[in-house]
Amino acid sequence: MTERLFQFEIVIVGAGPAGIAAACAAAECGKRVAVVDDTPWLGGQIWRGQQARASNPQARRWIEKLRASGAALLDQTSVIASPHHGLLLAEHPDGPREIRWDKLILATGARELFLPFQGWTLPGIFGPGGLQALVKNGWPIAGKRVVIAGTGPLLLAVADGLKKHGAKIVSIAEQAPMARVAAFALKLLAHPEKIFQGIGLKARLLDVPYRFGAWPVKAEGGGQIRSITLSDERKSWTQECDALACGFHLVPNTELPLAVGCELVGDFVRVNPLQATTVPGVYCAGEPTGIGGVECALVEGGIAGYAASGSNAKAEAMFARRDSWHRFRAGLAEAFALRDELKTLATDETLLCRCEDVPFGRVKQFTGWREAKLLTRCGMGPCQGRICGTATSFLFGWGAGSVRPPVLPARVKSLLTTTNLN
Amino acid sequence: MGNGIQLRVNGRAVSVPCGTVVAAAVALAGESGFRHSVLGEPRGPLCGMGVCMECRVIIDGLTHCRSCQTLCEEGMEVRTHD
Repeated sequence: MTERLFQFEIVIVGAGPAGIAAACAAAECGKRVAVVDDTPWLGGQIWRGQQARASNPQARRWIEKLRASGAALLDQTSVIASPHHGLLLAEHPDGPREIRWDKLILATGARELFLPFQGWTLPGIFGPGGLQALVKNGWPIAGKRVVIAGTGPLLLAVADGLKKHGAKIVSIAEQAPMARVAAFALKLLAHPEKIFQGIGLKARLLDVPYRFGAWPVKAEGGGQIRSITLSDERKSWTQECDALACGFHLVPNTELPLAVGCELVGDFVRVNPLQATTVPGVYCAGEPTGIGGVECALVEGGIAGYAASGSNAKAEAMFARRDSWHRFRAGLAEAFALRDELKTLATDETLLCRCEDVPFGRVKQFTGWREAKLLTRCGMGPCQGRICGTATSFLFGWGAGSVRPPVLPARVKSLLTTTNLN
Repeated sequence: MGNGIQLRVNGRAVSVPCGTVVAAAVALAGESGFRHSVLGEPRGPLCGMGVCMECRVIIDGLTHCRSCQTLCEEGMEVRTHD
């Protein structure tokens, strides 16, 4: 019988940069710490554990620091519910787990935003970060023609990564206008390392056509994407491809923070300067508090780890660094804001909910997410609205509403371990 | 990493390096569709991060496994289209 009950002074959910930094800080303060993550690797989706160790010195350094910190690592452990304050219910391949905490740090990261356009459900269409992640773990991409579209600095990084794995990058289409991205690049003078990163990426991709103000409108193929039609304000054109990597930047994973009772501000978890949420003893760091990237997540994670350990002075010493990354974060949001044309790509027949195959035309007649869910089943499938619900918040301005347990599809056996999920 | 893990996808033998996710093994086995949607459309991985559930497959008889978040293990039996 494997261990089922766990108890720690500080429990951190998420083993990405924010969670790792939080765990290192808390362990340094002598606390009994555990990091819980639903993947089998460390580093979250951005560093992807073992593969990243060889290629990314920053990831390697932090993952090694975490391993040496004394923090317990509960991998392949998906948190599915928070039955009451101080307790998480989770699922592991060997069975359910109950994890008790005195202080909780939520570092649940972000996911990519997907928006519906004609043909977007064809196999061979991935999120850029998603395809990058799959390729890092063996997905065959060598010799494949890949179009990259959507928005955000991730597009260049993914193009570079896929090219290194032998993909032929056909083109990159960034929906943001050049003027806005250029203005953001100028502001980066405060973060020279980001500029050098950008210049290095661009230099390695000089042979790849990069278009500003362009976006995908229609994918075609039988059983697999064969071509993508892109458009700008004046014309449209079609490119043959074997894969399309398309995503519209990142959105925070706030399901667990909501399940724990944290208040949001806009789309993000509300935190005070010590990264404390509105729930006593619960902290939040990294992308759920605002999309700021790895460095921002590392600093916020450190602050949360120290603050949760009662070492406020150490946390406060990191405030200035965080302020600087928060300015970067604000610039990012402004530069890559989504254009309104993206709200009109889906036709009435285009599927909006991929789990339940609900077309856009059926959903758009409703006035809110809850009503649309009840009457069309959109957002009621296995992803629980993480894809379509997030899209409707951009498309129609709907709020995602409340989160009900379990926050992930769970086995009945796991649910039976606790008498009352609510 | 080294070549090392043997598994089967829809009965077909696939050999993958250590650290390969099941989704990649399915692609290496030549499958582009991982499941059929409610209306019968073929679907494959979208998010690659365990969120969208489009890549779910049957692993050793266990349904609804996220193939993008599961590492290949020796002797695994993977079936698509659950």
